[in-house]
Amino acid sequence: MSTELAMKTEQLSRIYKAKKREARGGEREIIALDRVDLEIPTGELFGLLGPNGAGKTTLIKILTTLLAPTGGRAWVAGVDVAQNPWEVRHHINMVSGGESSGYGLLTVEENLWMFTQFYGIDGKTARRRIRELLEIVGLVDRAKSRIYHLSTGMRQKMNFVRGFLTDPEILFLDEPTLGLDVQTSHTLRGFIKDWVRKRPDKTVLLTTHYMHEAEELCHRVAIIHDGRVRACDTPGNLKRSLQREVVFRLRVTAIANPEKLFQHLRGVQRFSHTDINGHTELHFILEDENALPPILTVIQQSHGKLISLEKLDPTLEDVFISLVGRGLREDNASEGTTEGDRR
Amino acid sequence: MRSPTRWEIFWRTVMGRAYPRVIGAQRERSWLFFETLLPLLQVSAFVFIYRAIQAPPEFTGFVVLGGAMTAYWLNVLWSMAAQLYWEKETGNLELYIIAPTSLMAILLGMAIGGIVASTVRAVAVTTFGLLIFRVEVSVVSVPQLLGVFLLTLLALYGLGMLFSSLFLLYGRQAWHLSNLLQEPVFLVSGFYFPVRALGFIPALGASVIPITLGLDAMRQLLFPTMMAQFHFLDVRIELGVLAALGIGFLWLARRALSYMEALSRREGRLTIRGQ
Repeated sequence: MSTELAMKTEQLSRIYKAKKREARGGEREIIALDRVDLEIPTGELFGLLGPNGAGKTTLIKILTTLLAPTGGRAWVAGVDVAQNPWEVRHHINMVSGGESSGYGLLTVEENLWMFTQFYGIDGKTARRRIRELLEIVGLVDRAKSRIYHLSTGMRQKMNFVRGFLTDPEILFLDEPTLGLDVQTSHTLRGFIKDWVRKRPDKTVLLTTHYMHEAEELCHRVAIIHDGRVRACDTPGNLKRSLQREVVFRLRVTAIANPEKLFQHLRGVQRFSHTDINGHTELHFILEDENALPPILTVIQQSHGKLISLEKLDPTLEDVFISLVGRGLREDNASEGTTEGDRR
Repeated sequence: MRSPTRWEIFWRTVMGRAYPRVIGAQRERSWLFFETLLPLLQVSAFVFIYRAIQAPPEFTGFVVLGGAMTAYWLNVLWSMAAQLYWEKETGNLELYIIAPTSLMAILLGMAIGGIVASTVRAVAVTTFGLLIFRVEVSVVSVPQLLGVFLLTLLALYGLGMLFSSLFLLYGRQAWHLSNLLQEPVFLVSGFYFPVRALGFIPALGASVIPITLGLDAMRQLLFPTMMAQFHFLDVRIELGVLAALGIGFLWLARRALSYMEALSRREGRLTIRGQ
């Protein structure tokens, strides 16, 4: 990997001024990004991990020149995004999750051709790349279909192809697999990995709130919450930072108020719980294994029955909970997860 | 591979963005049917009124010409002025902005595509109108007629390009603005009667909409005898004003686009989907 930097931010901040009717409690400003410092070398697949509203998309909007920072500076491909947005645009492209870009009356290949024209790509090169990329994502048989006939997954595959067609030096992927089925997500993740592996001069900045996606794809990950970067390292190093602690998952019959039961137990660093099919799944990060017996005692005293107990290797989710005090799923899933924080 | 020049990117963008409009007109044949038939019905209503009051036959020609030009006005309102707002809602606008191209090229592409698509409708309305109502024209000067027509389109689509940025600032109100402007302009621009009938001052005010002077000049060049008593301004003056309006609107459109883009980067609301 080259040591040259593809992107750099210094104390990058963005404050939105809330409209009067949106302002609450007299606060008129929303801090979306708070003094973010990042350095992303060329060739890296870098992940930004955080819940909705953490500041991921704001950061991408600034780096792609759609939004001006209110403080600090940012460079993309060595160019200052605030001073020379025009020059930055020659080096980048972007794909967002849930995109509905393009025109329904046009076919897949016509839409893709249209977008290549905005980058000045000649017709012959455009057509060759469109064929190649559609083949890779398995959409070549729909090349002549009008896009309003495509499913969500197919449409997102087309959006992917659009992002890669211009062969950008730096590609921004903003929640690219949002709302897609497992198989389509898998195909697209494989595509991203291959693209970066085969082209060491390319850089990808990926935002996601899917932990496994970040873990599978990214060389390095920054965990962002409330506009601030809480940690930035390789997924392996982030997980190793938790290895002095132990992680347990316990499945028990339904118990009431787990927050009250476990919040003040000695040795419990963090815990979260999820109700699944009438059972309660408890997820603990403990200082050490000695903290486990009191937990089992509490479960017994509250008339819960232990169904299963697993000791887990720390995951990025655990790292996230450890840093932020709650899980990512809290904002994004509907299964009724709540998390408690002891300290 | 050689990097494309700024000029190449500009023209490829124009062609790329014009394509959906040109091809769209062919893909949905039902549009062509309805967009020809409905203006023809409206034209017919005015023709029968003029015939009922025994107006000179040239008035039928005035109406047919006005009916043909409605295609361009509707296209400017709904597919130029309101377009950047729709593009924002679908997420296209942010992709246009992050591309290394000019937004003026995008708008010019929309305009050229819109002109091509609307011309098909305008030609159909004119042809059917002339055939059905047996209108007789006597062309004074083909080059002048062509010049007036092209300058009218230049100024009209320049206005549309300016509106597209301004309507974007109004957000969801863009749809209402288009509605608000549609019918009153049919009246004040004299789509179905010589604009001079409104009086000199109202006609002068209406001349800010390029189609007002364009229609008046084209009527003078197609029906010279009757327009001798109904013309608003001399054709040469109208040509000059249309050229000035065209250049002025294009310049203002460029300024408005720069302002809109700078504002959107500062405020973070205008160009980003859902905000």
